[in-house]
Amino acid sequence: MALALQTFSTVKDANAALKAAGTRYLGGGTLVVRAANEGDVSVSSLIRSTEPVLSAITVSGSEVHIGASVTMAAIARHPDLAALSGAARAVGGPAIRNMATVGGNLFAPAPYGDFTVALLALDASVSTDGGDLPIETFLAKRESHHAIVTAVGFSLPVDGGFRFLKVSRVKPKGVSVLSIAAVLEQAPDGTVSSARIALGCMADRSMRAKAAEKALLGRKLTSDGIAPALAAASDGTSPVTDPIASAWYRNEVLSVHLGRLLLG
Amino acid sequence: MAKVPVQFTLNGAEKAEFIDSGTTLLHALRDKIGDTSPKGGCHQGTCGACSVIIDGELRLSCLTLAETCNGATITTTSGLSEGGVLHPLQRAFLDAFATQCGFCTPGMIMAAKVLLDHTPNPSREDVVEALSGNICRCTGYEPIIQAVLTAARSNSQHAA
Repeated sequence: MALALQTFSTVKDANAALKAAGTRYLGGGTLVVRAANEGDVSVSSLIRSTEPVLSAITVSGSEVHIGASVTMAAIARHPDLAALSGAARAVGGPAIRNMATVGGNLFAPAPYGDFTVALLALDASVSTDGGDLPIETFLAKRESHHAIVTAVGFSLPVDGGFRFLKVSRVKPKGVSVLSIAAVLEQAPDGTVSSARIALGCMADRSMRAKAAEKALLGRKLTSDGIAPALAAASDGTSPVTDPIASAWYRNEVLSVHLGRLLLG
Repeated sequence: MAKVPVQFTLNGAEKAEFIDSGTTLLHALRDKIGDTSPKGGCHQGTCGACSVIIDGELRLSCLTLAETCNGATITTTSGLSEGGVLHPLQRAFLDAFATQCGFCTPGMIMAAKVLLDHTPNPSREDVVEALSGNICRCTGYEPIIQAVLTAARSNSQHAA
């Protein structure tokens, strides 16, 4: 493997080096080194930064800031991020979780990127040296971003407000058939006042289930109440077909698993 | 391409080598240093056969660049036995017929060692979770799970 690794102490210097042709940023290695191992000759040089802020988790009240180099294992064991532990633990096995980073997960193609599904439901912001972007905007054009992601930020939902489900054929670790994350708020009468639902594997990258979100507003989380949302769950989806599942199958089972998540 | 220096502690011994930049730790261990206990299976992070312990954490050496391990403490399965006496995990794998073709065994043992280092008395579910990133195509997993539980009991008895 003819790769040159350059390490920089600051993100600014790493960003400058990343402008050269054939360079890719090295996070935990689970995407870019894998690509190189598979023979991706478009990668000739790897850049990384050891700036400490990239590895920091800060929780101030309900505001969370996670550096892009923070691993899934670090999130899973952080006492203030217990609500996200399930989503972090959904990524790979123990060794992968010790390596895979938040920043890298944003770029993981379907059927990977389960943690990004959670971040999309949480309406996270994605930070670079150039500023912050809403995650939805970032994901839509992620291939064209040439600045290193430095962090993600979001507000923790109220207790019980965040739900996550990963469906895989192999337990406890397996590649996703699909994954779903939802942030729900309910009025005192039990009706849904706010819903943000994100889907994994239902397109080439994490996507919102906007029709289902809309159909859930003002409804109670009962079988009858969620029926319109389930009927709309597949609106706008374009699932991947891979050895795990066909696009047809993913669309067929999406409403079943969304129902389980909402009623659970 | 210019060679780059790497230095780390491998199974208690200082190692220093000049390698090509971008060399994976798996390649450096097997082909430069001669420790062939980590196996190259999928090279995609899927099979776990290349698992090693770096600074106390389970990592995949096929996806880790050797240059990023400068100053690290690395443990591989070949460093577990002492004075010709097998580590309790190695002994348990043999006794429980948890190794058949043997290709996955070093990675399984590394994953199990990290588990027992942090959780000396694991439940069966703990063991299954700890081994969830390691694939075995021979045993059906049950003998491996039983071997890890047996090694844990053996450790507890020695510690008592």
